[in-house]
Amino acid sequence: MSNEFEPKVVAFLCNWCSYAGADLAGVSRFQYPPNIRAVRVMCTGRIDPVLILEALASGIDAVLVGG
Amino acid sequence: MVNVPEVTEYAGTLPNVVAAERNLFTCSQDTQERIKEYVKEHNLNRVVVASCTPRTHEPLFRETLREAGLNKYVFEMANIRDQCSWVHMDEPEKATDKAKDLVRMAVAKARLITPLTDISVPVNHNGLVIGGGVAGMVSALSLAEQGFKTDLVEERDSLGGQAINLHSTYKGDKIKPYVEDLVEKVNDHPLIDVFLNTSIKDASGFVGNFASTLIDDQGREKKLEHGAIIMATGGKPYRPKEYLYGQDPNVLLSLELDQEIMKGSDRIRDARSAVFIQCVGSRIPDRPYCSKVCCTHSIHRALTLKALNPDMRIYILYRDIRTFGDREDLYMEARAKGVLFIRYELGDKPTVERENGTLKVTVTDHVLLRPLEISPDIICLATAILPSDNMPLSKLYKVSTTEEGFFLEAHMKLRPVDFATQGLFLAGLCQYPKPIEESIAQAKAASARAANILMKNVVEIEPIISVVDPEMCNGCGICERVCPFDAIHIVEVNGAKKAQNITASCKGCGLCAASCPSKAVDMCHFSQHQIRAQILALS
Repeated sequence: MSNEFEPKVVAFLCNWCSYAGADLAGVSRFQYPPNIRAVRVMCTGRIDPVLILEALASGIDAVLVGG
Repeated sequence: MVNVPEVTEYAGTLPNVVAAERNLFTCSQDTQERIKEYVKEHNLNRVVVASCTPRTHEPLFRETLREAGLNKYVFEMANIRDQCSWVHMDEPEKATDKAKDLVRMAVAKARLITPLTDISVPVNHNGLVIGGGVAGMVSALSLAEQGFKTDLVEERDSLGGQAINLHSTYKGDKIKPYVEDLVEKVNDHPLIDVFLNTSIKDASGFVGNFASTLIDDQGREKKLEHGAIIMATGGKPYRPKEYLYGQDPNVLLSLELDQEIMKGSDRIRDARSAVFIQCVGSRIPDRPYCSKVCCTHSIHRALTLKALNPDMRIYILYRDIRTFGDREDLYMEARAKGVLFIRYELGDKPTVERENGTLKVTVTDHVLLRPLEISPDIICLATAILPSDNMPLSKLYKVSTTEEGFFLEAHMKLRPVDFATQGLFLAGLCQYPKPIEESIAQAKAASARAANILMKNVVEIEPIISVVDPEMCNGCGICERVCPFDAIHIVEVNGAKKAQNITASCKGCGLCAASCPSKAVDMCHFSQHQIRAQILALS
């Protein structure tokens, strides 16, 4: 099923928690689908809602904010 | 897995990329030199490394850039290992595509990165050590001996921690006199203030400038300031419900056996036989770690008992013997002296019952494959070492713990004894179970690392802070209201209200930037344009 829908997800991850968690998932070799592209931020408080809207408007299927 | 040659070739085709190269170990000394040459050779003004995580390796590469004559902030990392190749091992094509995306995003951001200058902030020269066990006392004493005023905070009513209950090191040195001497030195040192029955109620600040509120058992509070902090909160023995612990007075924990021996107790000396059960609460699904010291401790104590009473029959029920290094000599000696070692499986643990007033241990002998019954006078349980409750401190000082609740070091090779957060260090059992000499070594390392900060007059901190464009700012004050750190204020400039950043207080969270309706506030190194470029590079 090559044309099955594969969402492209942007993940805004806080450097101190969820980005660190994503690193730990790697060190622990947890396997997860390769749909996520992380954007590291120093705090999710930095995520201007406009950035989320711009991501969706530019064709990104979903946005994850982890903090 | 990621097809790295393909990603390298792709990186070379991206806008503004003049050179792309693949290295086996990008963080090695050789490659650092290569990067420096490369910068000069190609006259580079931005460097992107696609490898592991910036959380551990960004400082190293920034230093390389600085040595190459560039501003250290014109650097960006694409995390194609921890967040790509390691987590998509069965999908190499998709992982390679993702790695290309991550590199493209990093390059897009790198194009917009601007050089920055570190911020210098003054340093408070006092140290704080939390925990008054051996690790905490050695840390405090070491700081004080280097000339730094040090506050030592201990929750309990006395110094000494767990070590005061230990009989001897594996080399045979008595621990109690050492600890008592340490307590005396700490109490007598003019530069050390000891706070007993005291815990930390509140904390704030950053490297060089921490503020901690202490609270004692009377509810009295005291606010103190420090430049660096060492966590040495120690650990405690696991108290099991199994093996009749707490029900029969002759079932003891390792530490309790040591105390009985030190007291010269008759029931120990007169015991005809003793059983040690290893791995109680350790190396089980709920608590998978090995407590490291217990094999050596039980074997060493078996020899102590043999010395007290050579006729005592001693059995050690174990799963694996981990007498590392020259502790192996003790194992050999115990075997030579007739201590019996019986291996058991996790799925077939020994049982302990009381029958007609005596203890009965049943274990499947691993050679005979038949149950063996022993009637010991004393049972010693080598139970797991647990961390203290580190959660309150972890939340107050924003430092991480492991799943089991031990404090987490920033990186075991690059930054041992450091926390990920600058200015905070750790030592002793609060990190993981370890023998006393390792706690002492860590305490000395941690105090040296802390002194590295305390000796300075200023520290350089990352300039990841807010910046205000006064032309755009209409002084609405939303930023001032949302800032959790009181780091942005509305001031009057030429009769107009404008936001102004307070550099030393700003933590770079970016709430102000995200909330500003006029887009007058932005973040250095995480600007709206830079983040937007990363997102748009994806679509």
